[in-house]
Amino acid sequence: MYDNPVHHTKTAAGVTSNGLGKRFGDLWALRDLHLDVAPGTILGLLGHNGAGKTTAIRILTTLSQPTEGSATVAGVDVVRNPAIVRQRIGVAAQQATVDGLMSARLNLQTIGRLGGMSKSAATARGDELLERLELTNFSKELVRTFSGGMRRRLDLAASLMTRPQVLFLDEPTTGLDPRSRNDLWDMLRELVREGTTVLLTTQYLEEADRLADDIVVLDHGRTVAHGTPSELKSQIGDDRFDVKVATNEDLDLAAAALSTFATGQATIDREQLIVTITAKDGARLIDIVRSLDDAGIEAVDATRRQVTLDDVFLALTSRPQTQQVSA
Amino acid sequence: MNNNATTKHALRDSLVFARRNLEHIRQIPEKLTNVTIQPLMFVLLFAYVFGGAIAVKGGGYKEYLIGGILIQSIAFGMMGPASAIATDLQEGVIDRFRVLPTRRNAYMLGHFLAELAGMILMIVVLLGAGFIVGWRPHTTVVEFAEVIALLIVFASGTIWLGLWLGALVRSPDAVLGIGFVIVFPLTFLSNAFVPLATLPSVLQWIASANPISVLVAATRTLLGNPVSPVSKHVWMIDHPVPSAWMYSIALVVLGYFIAQRRYVARTAD
Repeated sequence: MYDNPVHHTKTAAGVTSNGLGKRFGDLWALRDLHLDVAPGTILGLLGHNGAGKTTAIRILTTLSQPTEGSATVAGVDVVRNPAIVRQRIGVAAQQATVDGLMSARLNLQTIGRLGGMSKSAATARGDELLERLELTNFSKELVRTFSGGMRRRLDLAASLMTRPQVLFLDEPTTGLDPRSRNDLWDMLRELVREGTTVLLTTQYLEEADRLADDIVVLDHGRTVAHGTPSELKSQIGDDRFDVKVATNEDLDLAAAALSTFATGQATIDREQLIVTITAKDGARLIDIVRSLDDAGIEAVDATRRQVTLDDVFLALTSRPQTQQVSA
Repeated sequence: MNNNATTKHALRDSLVFARRNLEHIRQIPEKLTNVTIQPLMFVLLFAYVFGGAIAVKGGGYKEYLIGGILIQSIAFGMMGPASAIATDLQEGVIDRFRVLPTRRNAYMLGHFLAELAGMILMIVVLLGAGFIVGWRPHTTVVEFAEVIALLIVFASGTIWLGLWLGALVRSPDAVLGIGFVIVFPLTFLSNAFVPLATLPSVLQWIASANPISVLVAATRTLLGNPVSPVSKHVWMIDHPVPSAWMYSIALVVLGYFIAQRRYVARTAD
């Protein structure tokens, strides 16, 4: 896969960052980011809007200067040698960056030529990618007639034109229908098998869970967790019990009644009327239902389930609509 | 990579960028209005509507007119590059180009080359239109070549100025307004359409020092067309040809410098 004859050590060819930070005025959009993405793996940067994901991507792709810290991409320092970094990366931004007044084919040709390819090589590679992203039938159409999903696919094709060693994708599946999303995931897995390193941002936990080898969770510019999906899940405990009650008043009563079965805090979702606890060893659903009964609380539903990344996310990041109480 | 290869690479990239502008014109031919129909309209308007009311010594108004229209149209030509780059900056496409391994200058140079092609087309259209309404050059081949060279250098300067303006404004809509405010007084407070002597005395001084007057006078001189008599003796207007070269070259250097600087500042964060 690597066209570049330069030898890279394992860590050098991926993405690393050390204490990376970016300040806009008084606000730190990103602070103290440490990354170590091994080549041929996918890192998911997970966070809400404004968590610092795009800022991180912009710095790593040389579009923005860090206020502090350092980073390397494909073994090259992004601040000292941005021109070399640009030869080795592909970028698909949140906003599709294709030219609406050119055909899909000419867009890709132009990107390829600007990436240093010959005209015939750029044309061939462009057509190959159009085929792969199922845009061949629209290759001669002006891009401004494309739907949002088609634009994103074309944008992805543009980012793959020069066979990058490291691929940056900023919320690549936002706005895609489920089928296109699955196709994109398959394609990314294939690229990674071929040796590409992928760094993607996402708000979707499922995406990070299914795709990423490693996940960094960002909240207000800070890294709040870092690990594999299963590490993150085990980090915040075992199975969960969800208990749905009938009334708002029952929520706090239920949380109190459940405390004997829980480790740590109960999470209360006041909109859905659900209390969630992390199960202690040996806690059984039947015992929970009985104790709720004894306390005179009417449980509409009670289930036991495995931890999801959603739980991790909720436990780690602050969201206004949920509230945590001590059990 | 040695310097030569870098330069060659940068030039190739610029041509790829320029090709993009030409593709835009192919898709939306109306984009060419400002370098074809608009100047043509001015020729007809002044030749047949205003021309009768303006008396010029030493030849008909149509002979007088072409030098003024050429310079005015080139000056207004700054709007094209300005709106092109302002549009790119507003749409995300610029980020795509910025993460490509191109020389930083290549993008601006691409716009420059495409716009210069447009300006040359406009000069040809204007001379052709002038010929049809009765304008004739009375000059040697060498002087004719010099005036074309001068117009191209001046056009290069206004294009860089336009690229600067485009990188300055926050929205493409602002280009027309700001461009008009800059170019309109400069071209009309000059000898482009009326002889300087017809202006009030104070304005005669201002118009005589106006670089546009100097460029118009130089164009007329080199074309062998009637030149507006000089009433207020500013050195530049008394020596229009060397002054016009000086102004044009200065504009290219200054325009290039501020356009690059503005673009870098605009895309940095």
